[in-house]
Amino acid sequence: MIAPHGGRLVNRVVEVGERDRLLGLAPKLPKLILNAREMADVDMIAVGAMSPLEGFMGKADYDAVLATRRLKNGLPWTVPIVLAVKPGDDAAKYKEGSDVALETQDGQLLAILHVDSKWKMDKGDEARKVLRTDDKAHPGVGYLDSIGDTYLGGRMSVVNRLKYEKYNNRRLDPVETRALFKHKGWKTVAAFQTRNPIHRAHEYLTKVALEVVDGLMLHPLMGETKSDDVPADVRMQCYEALLAGYYPKDRTALAVYPQAMRYGGPSEAVLHAICRKNYGVTHFLVGRDHAGVGKYYGSYDAQKIFDEYTPAEVGINLLKFENSFWCKRTGGMASTKSSPATAEERVELSGTQVREMLRAGTIPPVEFTRPEIAQILINAMKGK
Amino acid sequence: MRESKVTVKIPRPLYRKIQLVIDNSGFSSPTDFIVFVLRDLVGEAEKKSAAAAVPGEAGGAAAGGGAEDFDANDLEAVKQKLKNLGYL
Repeated sequence: MIAPHGGRLVNRVVEVGERDRLLGLAPKLPKLILNAREMADVDMIAVGAMSPLEGFMGKADYDAVLATRRLKNGLPWTVPIVLAVKPGDDAAKYKEGSDVALETQDGQLLAILHVDSKWKMDKGDEARKVLRTDDKAHPGVGYLDSIGDTYLGGRMSVVNRLKYEKYNNRRLDPVETRALFKHKGWKTVAAFQTRNPIHRAHEYLTKVALEVVDGLMLHPLMGETKSDDVPADVRMQCYEALLAGYYPKDRTALAVYPQAMRYGGPSEAVLHAICRKNYGVTHFLVGRDHAGVGKYYGSYDAQKIFDEYTPAEVGINLLKFENSFWCKRTGGMASTKSSPATAEERVELSGTQVREMLRAGTIPPVEFTRPEIAQILINAMKGK
Repeated sequence: MRESKVTVKIPRPLYRKIQLVIDNSGFSSPTDFIVFVLRDLVGEAEKKSAAAAVPGEAGGAAAGGGAEDFDANDLEAVKQKLKNLGYL
């Protein structure tokens, strides 16, 4: 089984006796209300999905990530996993060397943060180094703009797992996916990250992967996304329909990846790969403009960034794909790597074209998307 | 932004032994193995150091151990959950 990032799968969920003690202590502590991104981060750190992190990053790791794209111990890491004091909240009440109760927006205690680091961050510097832009139109920059400018870091003791309202039948922790792969006898497993419905091009990539690995895990990101992305409910219907009709049941699994999107393109691609390693995945698909948004990143920046590390440092195999399409000349799915087709011989549609067709109730060509998927999307657009 | 590296010398007999140890282990070279082991050791040392300087009343090293600490009952519970959800 592939080793977790850093060699050890973190578990920050406390045992029963310790939990009782911390529950008794929590009401006396200053509390911090988490936003959706932070709640998901807490839950992922709790179960080792972000190993080797044992809590929110302290200043030394944060500085190292921004300067070197590594943690202070040298392990590759590209995206700060940080906790911000909320705007309007008094940062003075959170002190280094003290504890803070981390709560959901509806007042549920999740964890105690043992604060060992507190510092003022520079939003522009973080944006430029992680997101490669400080344009406020970029959703990641917009997020930074919305939070406070004081970060708290330290290890966490998690007393309650985050309660999710949806997809609980598809939520697997790293320990569980690892047990699943072992039980299935999958020595090699590819994971496909997506925040969109899966059209034929994406299906093709996953099928190519399935030809060379034992199992495939569709691992859609179901944490917070921007408001104009396809809603999670609709996407989940699409994934379920696609898996039911077009994939071998004994070689595929669908599970939720609970992280929030950062829209960090290349930086986020590394984060996505590392976290999948913690889930026991051995191969990770990186396509065109992975985790990108707008025109902020080059088409293959999210692949090139991995060249900054040795394969052993990343530890998970990368399956890098070029843009794929239905090829009229060869009569099948292909990419520029595998087909000599001219641009006119490729069935490709832009996101805008697809949205317009779906809005008009028109099913896009079967070469572009499966009819079942198109119908789900049309229904969603009609508000059914 | 790859950081520069330094050369560390080790006795050749030890190097040969490491070559034998990593055969079919998944490590691509003795260097990869040595870096992995050292990172593990340094991580442990940092953990102990953090535990010695426990911040706050609640303590910083109170959470459960790693997934390797799962016992047979835990594993059975995981399998049962996977069965209940239809994965197995």
